[in-house]
Amino acid sequence: MPTSAIEVHNLTVSYNQRPVLWDVDFTLPEGKLIAIVGPNGSGKTTLLKSIMGLVPLSGGFARLFDQPLADVRSQVSYVPQRESVDWDFPARVKDVVLMGRYRPQNLLRRLTRLDREVADWALEQVRMKEFAQRQISQLSGGQQQRVFIARSLAQQANLYLMDEPFAGVDAASEKAILELLLQLKDRGKTLLIVHHDLNTVRQYFDWVVLMNTRLVAAGPVEEVFTEANLQAAYGGQLTVLAQVADRVQEGGFPVRKKEVKI
Amino acid sequence: MDAIWIILTGTLVALCCGLLGSFLVLRQMAMVGDAISHAVLPGIVIAFLLAESRDSLPMLIGAAAVGVLVTVLIEWLHRVGRMQADASIGISYTTLFAIGIILISYFTRQVDLDQDCVLYGEIAYVPLDTWILSNGTSLGPRAVWILGGALLLILTFIGMGYKGLQLTTFDASYAATLGISTVFWHYALMSTVSLATVVSFESVGAILVVAFLIVPPATAYLLTDRLPVMLGLSALFGFLSAVLGYGLAVATNGSVAGAMAVAAGFWFILALGIHFIKKRLHAFPARRKLPESYI
Amino acid sequence: MNSLLEFLSLSDPNVRMVVWGTTLLGASAGLVGVFTLLRKRALLGDAVAHSILPGVCLAFLVGHSKAPYVLLLGALVAGWLSLLSIDFLVRRTKLKADSVIGLVLSVFFGLGIWLLTSIQQSGVASQSGLDKFLFGKAASITSQDVSMFGWVVLAVVVILLLFYKGFKVLAFDEDYARAIGMPVRLLEFLLSTITVLSIAVGIQAVGVVLMASLLIAPAAAARFWTDRLSVMLLLAVGMGILAAWAGAFISFTAPSMPTGPWIVLALAALTVFSMLWAPRRGVLGRWLRQWRYARKIALENVKCIEDLVPTGRLDLKRRICRHRRKIRLFK
Repeated sequence: MPTSAIEVHNLTVSYNQRPVLWDVDFTLPEGKLIAIVGPNGSGKTTLLKSIMGLVPLSGGFARLFDQPLADVRSQVSYVPQRESVDWDFPARVKDVVLMGRYRPQNLLRRLTRLDREVADWALEQVRMKEFAQRQISQLSGGQQQRVFIARSLAQQANLYLMDEPFAGVDAASEKAILELLLQLKDRGKTLLIVHHDLNTVRQYFDWVVLMNTRLVAAGPVEEVFTEANLQAAYGGQLTVLAQVADRVQEGGFPVRKKEVKI
Repeated sequence: MDAIWIILTGTLVALCCGLLGSFLVLRQMAMVGDAISHAVLPGIVIAFLLAESRDSLPMLIGAAAVGVLVTVLIEWLHRVGRMQADASIGISYTTLFAIGIILISYFTRQVDLDQDCVLYGEIAYVPLDTWILSNGTSLGPRAVWILGGALLLILTFIGMGYKGLQLTTFDASYAATLGISTVFWHYALMSTVSLATVVSFESVGAILVVAFLIVPPATAYLLTDRLPVMLGLSALFGFLSAVLGYGLAVATNGSVAGAMAVAAGFWFILALGIHFIKKRLHAFPARRKLPESYI
Repeated sequence: MNSLLEFLSLSDPNVRMVVWGTTLLGASAGLVGVFTLLRKRALLGDAVAHSILPGVCLAFLVGHSKAPYVLLLGALVAGWLSLLSIDFLVRRTKLKADSVIGLVLSVFFGLGIWLLTSIQQSGVASQSGLDKFLFGKAASITSQDVSMFGWVVLAVVVILLLFYKGFKVLAFDEDYARAIGMPVRLLEFLLSTITVLSIAVGIQAVGVVLMASLLIAPAAAARFWTDRLSVMLLLAVGMGILAAWAGAFISFTAPSMPTGPWIVLALAALTVFSMLWAPRRGVLGRWLRQWRYARKIALENVKCIEDLVPTGRLDLKRRICRHRRKIRLFK
């Protein structure tokens, strides 16, 4: 019997008495590529963080593989937003990927050969092997994102939570990341991904969680990613909505914004 | 001989502070280091009054505890009081420092500390205060022994905790998802910084502690992009500042601690020059590298 | 009580100087502090305070005089230089603002100490007055000092009044100010100049280290009471003056007590008091609102359940009543 990968029940998170997440309730199956979609400030990142135990909950709970987070930590991996760290940190690509092998148990010990091999393998997976010795500040946005994903892969988890892995990423990286996600799915992993680009939801994902502080809908893309639900999630943002409605009907490829380089 | 002792003291202070300061600089907590270095003053005075001696272990620990207390205070003003982070730093340490000064002027007879010493220390007197065993043999200045012990402790801490410090500095929330306690590493670092400040305080005063906490690590940070190299370089620049600073002070008959801070600034400006030259040299190839992400 | 009356009567000329001097300092620091705080540059003021020392020493060496205006000029130049170097390093290197501030602060201050001690050793006559820039000597404020403080405060107030609107927009949103075509660079220059000026006179009362408090605390305390800039400025000035009087009074009753640290403690007390008791932004007020909110939600939940109970079920109604009473009593 397939168990649920993520079960979220009555999850409420508030900041300054203002709810960021309100009574969110859903269950997600294993082995799917799942998008979290919603307008800016709708609590997408907070949802990931609260599942990972990074923000205090005002109510409700989240269970992973039918167990509390503490019992399944080693099976869960989190990829934060790229902007959340200072990329001027003195480290090379390899150093960052190796961090995926850190555990509370081995923190005071040296890393083993196995750890290094896994890190090499993870770098290969994101096609960044030749960058292993590169200083992380010299990478492009897409490459930095791939390093983060490699670090997460090095954890060898079963469930991956990624915060906007496609944001500000060049076309080559987007393609590489997408292929990797599909591969992971084929190996039976579950992926929950905060996604900002409504145009690609249908192409990339199996399942979708639509939200705007409250849960709007969660389910298979073809059932849930409907105009009515989008209307409910995006409310008054008519311009976005008009565009999306067109795309949904056309099913066509939108022109993607190129990464802006300074 | 005195010169060697003074330079050795300066170097030990530089190593203690520079190694820990590297993490403060990377965590963008340099000003918290500044706050700690000022806030230990009332701790030192109170511990001095209670223990009635310099350099006893309870005094060191008590004073270091006050240093950790200021980080808690800053956190409290910021979180509970919703005060701006920079304002909470500025208010907490000035308040504790003011308490320290008031205590000094109130217990001026009992406490062998004066205001000048608080700000820039008395490193020149270090060789005079030697550690003499009961059989009469002198083991050299006491400050050197204490600083040496502290350095050993700090080296052990960084050696053992390297991975924890590195990860929680680079990406604290990721560390938390791995089940690694960021709070533990934060307070472990703050306690060690506090200890380093207390042991350095008497020799070099509050300001040189800040100079050694921040300037050599910042210098090293400009020159390298690897953490172990950065640690090594900040130790090196700390040592060089101690040597050059002593020379300057002797030549001009000025404060050794002040001159060491100036020397640290000199090495920083030198490194800044190298940094800019390197940047210019790399500017062209770096621009050519850009399209590769589109392959 | 008598000593308080004696103090307030200002009959002692010494006390009069101290009180007027610290009042002026508290007022000007409070004024410019509001802008440094709102622009999130509180620690920059700390850096400037430390960096002034070498300027004062050099001015003394070059000008061979202790005249307040000569030293003030040196202070102004050094303060400006520190601001420029901080700005340069933050923009042109990967170093972050906090490291740069700490770096400039400690190197400039080290330079100051080095110069100061060299001057003292070299036996140049009458250097002793330079000490007051280090620790502050409120007790020895002379009438000449007070008149200089007066001019500085006047300059600060005039510049603030003339460019009030510009400063307001600048403090609120620098990018917006630029977008609507304000002379942002000129405004920044003026604001920095009056900040450096206020700090340069302020450290003579409380010393280098504690100057940060004089600058930050009145503004931070005032911030808890109001959201309006004009009110905040008035409150900050009031708090600065109040603390200055408290400090002066304490060292009047206990002459061995230094004035500066007591001013700082008074400011800290004012800040903590404001943080706790300010009605809208204060901690206690917030707790009270949170508690009321939680209680309201609990009672509303009870009401919802009550509406669902079918009419006949008195036993359930009674239990709900009991529960409600419990909430009213304990929550």
